[in-house]
Amino acid sequence: MKVVTRKKVIIISTLLTILLILVILFSITLGSVKVKTLRSITILLQSILGLKEAGTETERTIILSLRFPRTLLAGLVGAGLSVSGAIFQALLRNPLADPYILGVSSGAAVGAIIAIFIGLGTLSFGLPLASFLGALLAIAVVFYFGRQDGKIHPNTLLLAGVIIGSFLSAIIMFFISISQREELHTIIFWLMGDFSFSNYQAIRIIFPYILLGFLLLYLRARHLNLILSGEESALQMGVDVERLKLISYLSASLITAASVSVCGLIGFVGLIVPHSVRLVFGPDHRLLIPSVALIGAAFLIASDTLARTLLAPTELPVGVITAAFGGPFFIYLLRTRKGVKTL
Amino acid sequence: MIDVRSISFRYHKSWVLQNVSFQVGKGEFIGVIGPNGSGKTTLLKILYRLLAPQQGEILFELLPLKKMSRIDIAKRIAVVAQETYLLFPFRVMEIVLMGRSPYLGHLMFERERDLEIAKKAMEWTEILNLSDRPIDELSGGERKRAFIARALVQESEVILLDEPTANLDIHHQIEFLNLILSLNRERGLTIVMATHDMNIASEFCDRLILLREGRIYRTGPPEEVITQETIETVYGCEVWVDQHPVSRMPRISILRKGGHEREALGRD
Repeated sequence: MKVVTRKKVIIISTLLTILLILVILFSITLGSVKVKTLRSITILLQSILGLKEAGTETERTIILSLRFPRTLLAGLVGAGLSVSGAIFQALLRNPLADPYILGVSSGAAVGAIIAIFIGLGTLSFGLPLASFLGALLAIAVVFYFGRQDGKIHPNTLLLAGVIIGSFLSAIIMFFISISQREELHTIIFWLMGDFSFSNYQAIRIIFPYILLGFLLLYLRARHLNLILSGEESALQMGVDVERLKLISYLSASLITAASVSVCGLIGFVGLIVPHSVRLVFGPDHRLLIPSVALIGAAFLIASDTLARTLLAPTELPVGVITAAFGGPFFIYLLRTRKGVKTL
Repeated sequence: MIDVRSISFRYHKSWVLQNVSFQVGKGEFIGVIGPNGSGKTTLLKILYRLLAPQQGEILFELLPLKKMSRIDIAKRIAVVAQETYLLFPFRVMEIVLMGRSPYLGHLMFERERDLEIAKKAMEWTEILNLSDRPIDELSGGERKRAFIARALVQESEVILLDEPTANLDIHHQIEFLNLILSLNRERGLTIVMATHDMNIASEFCDRLILLREGRIYRTGPPEEVITQETIETVYGCEVWVDQHPVSRMPRISILRKGGHEREALGRD
């Protein structure tokens, strides 16, 4: 009988973790400067184990200060966007939902653009901080207008999100239209998603938020299954539906805010990873959340690796890769699995 | 078991239910009938506290329903709603296991015992062979049985059914209702069923509640509630009521416009 059990979740998560580690190792061996495959891995492993012997100073800098933090950050963001996408799809009961659907991303973008304008963009965490604040502000406004008599009505919330998102887009366009060339380049790259400023500081800042969001959501995984069969149905099973919705929406929004604040708006990951994983592993959140996180991480790391190596030394925005490779792969899954009806 | 004490409910301005009182005894099979918009579905929703009445109260075994916890209500009252739409298709077994939710507390996964209970319920509703199938691949009748199995594993004392036979063909209607009847007779489950089909209500229910514009128009055994006079008054249409040739319960036949048939049958 195909039921999600603890054993099944542990086995699949372990296998996917191994896959993720392989993708990380593969990713750090590639780049515009050639460092031998085995040597890259040796450098990384020795550094993790506290030994600092292998490789030249330059090689170590490339692997440990450039590629590895970037890979970790891409993984974290990939996991974050994919999980929050899965949650928004479930809560809004809308297969087209993605992490940006409630306007969190537009808030982050406005924050980032204002930071770029007043010159904070050059500071190491000025941009992330400003966009995180922008995203939090957007969340607060959307939830203020999206709730009625203390209850969240998915459609009202969705409308509030879309409308506030559009309003913020107007502000973004206004800033773009008055910006100078150098600013424009930074803004456009931020809007398309960009990992080139990655450092350990950014990871340290966003990791707690994403972890907290994951934990809050995963503890509710079984109840999230119930809400997929309708709010009334969840209530019949004894679930405090309003509390579940409030905490889940806020957790997913927080994860999104933390993710976009360090790398801008990377599209598509949060839409297709959850759907792809559902087609393979089914909709049960107890299995879905961990596998979406691990596969989302691996997917975004792989996409970012391609983005920085495909036309090296020129870097492509990672959003180009996620859409260009993710789209066809998703169509393939739709065609081969009998999930066509689902969408 | 359930004591409904003069409840009134409104969504906005106008009252949907007004001063409704009745009791449901343990092991009874109650039918709630009435025209569209008479308040049947609202009444069921109030019985499991999806909605709270503005006036009056409901006692569940002498305990006010509004003081019971959600989990407690879920353990004692199961609901089979009209149509449950699932965005992403769970397998039948997963749907049925959802009914164990009130008993799992903070546990993330079902225990061996829960799986056993689910299997038994599926055996009973004859869907065990479908357990690995996605719910959206099932026929209407099979899907209804899956949701009955889900209600069964809730191990509740009461099952509320809202239009359970809508969209089912006659074969599945009979099969489904006999299943419910055996739950009622063999397991002593209390059933409250809202339905549009008065012949079904008459045939299967011990007692009927006929609603008209949010008030109880008449309540009692089927032969007292389903009469030519009550049906024509409440529904505002002409019907023919006689006796079911086998069960001797009231039977409704519909009439075409024009009175020829009635004359032919010797009535005016």
